[in-house]
Amino acid sequence: MAEKIDINKLPKKALRDTYGEVLVELGKIDPEMVVLDADLSESTRTHKFHVAYPDRFFNAGIAEQNLIGIAAGLAYTGRTVYASSFAIFIAGRPWEIIRQQIAYNKLNVKLVASHGGVSVGQDGASHQMNEDVSLMRTLPNMNVIVPADSVEMEKVLKKVHWIKEPFYIRMGREKFPVILPENYEFELGKGYVLKEGKDVSVIACGVMVSMALQAAYELEDEGIDVEVINMSSIKPIDKDLIIQTAKKTGAVVTSEEHSIIGGLGSAVAEVLAENYPTILVRHGVEDRFGISGPAWEVMEELGLSVSGLKKKIKEALTKKVR
Amino acid sequence: MRDIQELKEIARELRIDIITMVYNAQSGHPGGSLSAIDILTVLYFGGFLRYDPKNPWWENRDRFILSKGHASPALYSVLAKAGYIPKEELSTYRKIKGFAPDGYSRLQGHPAWQGNKHGVPGAEASTGSLGQGLSVAIGQALSGRLANKDYKVYVMLGDGEVQEGMTWEAAMFAGHHKLDNLIAILDNNNLQIDGDVRQIVNIHPLKEKYEAFGWHVIEIDGHDYQQIIDAFTQANQIKGKPIMIVAHTVKGKGVSFMENNFKWHGVAPSKEEYEIAIQELTSGGV
Ligand SMILES: Cc1ncc(C[n+]2csc(CCOP(=O)(O)OP(=O)(O)O)c2C)c(N)n1
Ligand SMILES: [Mg+2]
Repeated sequence: MAEKIDINKLPKKALRDTYGEVLVELGKIDPEMVVLDADLSESTRTHKFHVAYPDRFFNAGIAEQNLIGIAAGLAYTGRTVYASSFAIFIAGRPWEIIRQQIAYNKLNVKLVASHGGVSVGQDGASHQMNEDVSLMRTLPNMNVIVPADSVEMEKVLKKVHWIKEPFYIRMGREKFPVILPENYEFELGKGYVLKEGKDVSVIACGVMVSMALQAAYELEDEGIDVEVINMSSIKPIDKDLIIQTAKKTGAVVTSEEHSIIGGLGSAVAEVLAENYPTILVRHGVEDRFGISGPAWEVMEELGLSVSGLKKKIKEALTKKVR
Repeated sequence: MRDIQELKEIARELRIDIITMVYNAQSGHPGGSLSAIDILTVLYFGGFLRYDPKNPWWENRDRFILSKGHASPALYSVLAKAGYIPKEELSTYRKIKGFAPDGYSRLQGHPAWQGNKHGVPGAEASTGSLGQGLSVAIGQALSGRLANKDYKVYVMLGDGEVQEGMTWEAAMFAGHHKLDNLIAILDNNNLQIDGDVRQIVNIHPLKEKYEAFGWHVIEIDGHDYQQIIDAFTQANQIKGKPIMIVAHTVKGKGVSFMENNFKWHGVAPSKEEYEIAIQELTSGGV
């Protein structure tokens, strides 16, 4: 069992900062690699690659459909292509082009989205993308990853860079607590048990993993033993681990900074319903749009907080004993 | 290089293939295939496109992308004539079974990229959803430029297709980057599914639009072989600008009852109509 921690005291880092750094590292070892953006390269941090390798960076301007089409064209010629923008603009606007070009042809394009979820904060509902995992997960050939922290972001990039398939990798705008150890290894299609428990399982992704850990530690004091799983690989998903933890605890809570429709909650529900029906509570953005406000206040307001998650955990436990 | 008379004979044969494919499948798009086929004939068999059907992945090959993917019968007939695929494969167009490794057809309703598991050798992109091919061509052209390769990327669009906003994002980008290894052809047959392009949402004037976006524009009669040859010759000499060949064509060209009739955009001929069409194509002067 991991040592008890207070996530608020952990160092924090934005995943997009890691993204920018790792792009530059990868660019050095892979001369075939190219990076594209659509007028948000400062925000997504692809500008670091732009500065390091100006010839291999292309700015499509504010034209996300063309961005994806060009990314596909570059990948057709055998290059490894990264394309970035905010989640809303890269997963939303050009979805159908992603489908026809990148997914259908299994092209080597990494769509790396920043500003996923409601922690975008003050830009409000127009910029808070809570439906991207759902949109991407349904595409054949598409892999979907939502890393939990900057350590995982780096491991994910360095692993999937060499897998010549389409990926959607989703980051938040804010700094996330760094919860994974430096020696953590990301494996596609594998979940990771951060804390073992026997009463209830929380399967989380993104920033909610750190909140799940915190909730688990706080609930320990109330005598509730929570298992915490980081399910960053949403597609392919770790079926075996989901079934195994459901058998062990008999109650599952999914937690994500995404709509409860179509994302991690739905993916876990699909696995459980078909293999091992279990009490399930989905924690995430309810079927609604977000609001403007400081990031963590918006999160709190929408229930995406440690206290919000604790409520859902208790709800699952109540359902379990009934 | 073949002379014009030989090229016309090839186009006659390909027109017969197109009509036969659509007739056999009882499905497909004859109109836009027939308007495009003279241009494709000159591109593939008039010595312009650099390719090797024995080696479809040859790195220095020129690329051709059929952005108006519904004209797949035109592309497939060309690929068979060029030797990418056996002629008998044409009978698998729009059928379940065919020549893909898993037993399904490689001649999908709309072209699938040669790297796709149901793709056809010689297809440089998956198309069918209109508006995407120009952007994809730009990606391939950029990649070639970056690698100091001298291949060209050709792409054919429909006139209705350029109502798609994405094609103008692409036009702006290509002009900005002065992509002179990009040669686009606009099959200006004046018709789209619901009727006359000018009446649905007018796209004209085209020359002025593309010039304003930084392109070199060449206007031709897309059924006049000398003009097509001259246009490709000129296109290959232009430096510092992407090239747009606006080809004025006749939808359904070569089959009298299909010509200039939008009803023939996407329907198959009956047995009687098929026989008349083949009769016309076999006997007509070229
Ligand atoms: C994005 C998209 N919207 C609609 C269609 C349906 N569609 C197929 S062909 C066509 C008309 C195309 O007209 P044009 O580009 O002029 O082609 P052509 O006349 O050469 O056949 C339409 C609307 C499509 N394939 N893709
Ligand atoms: Mg037309």
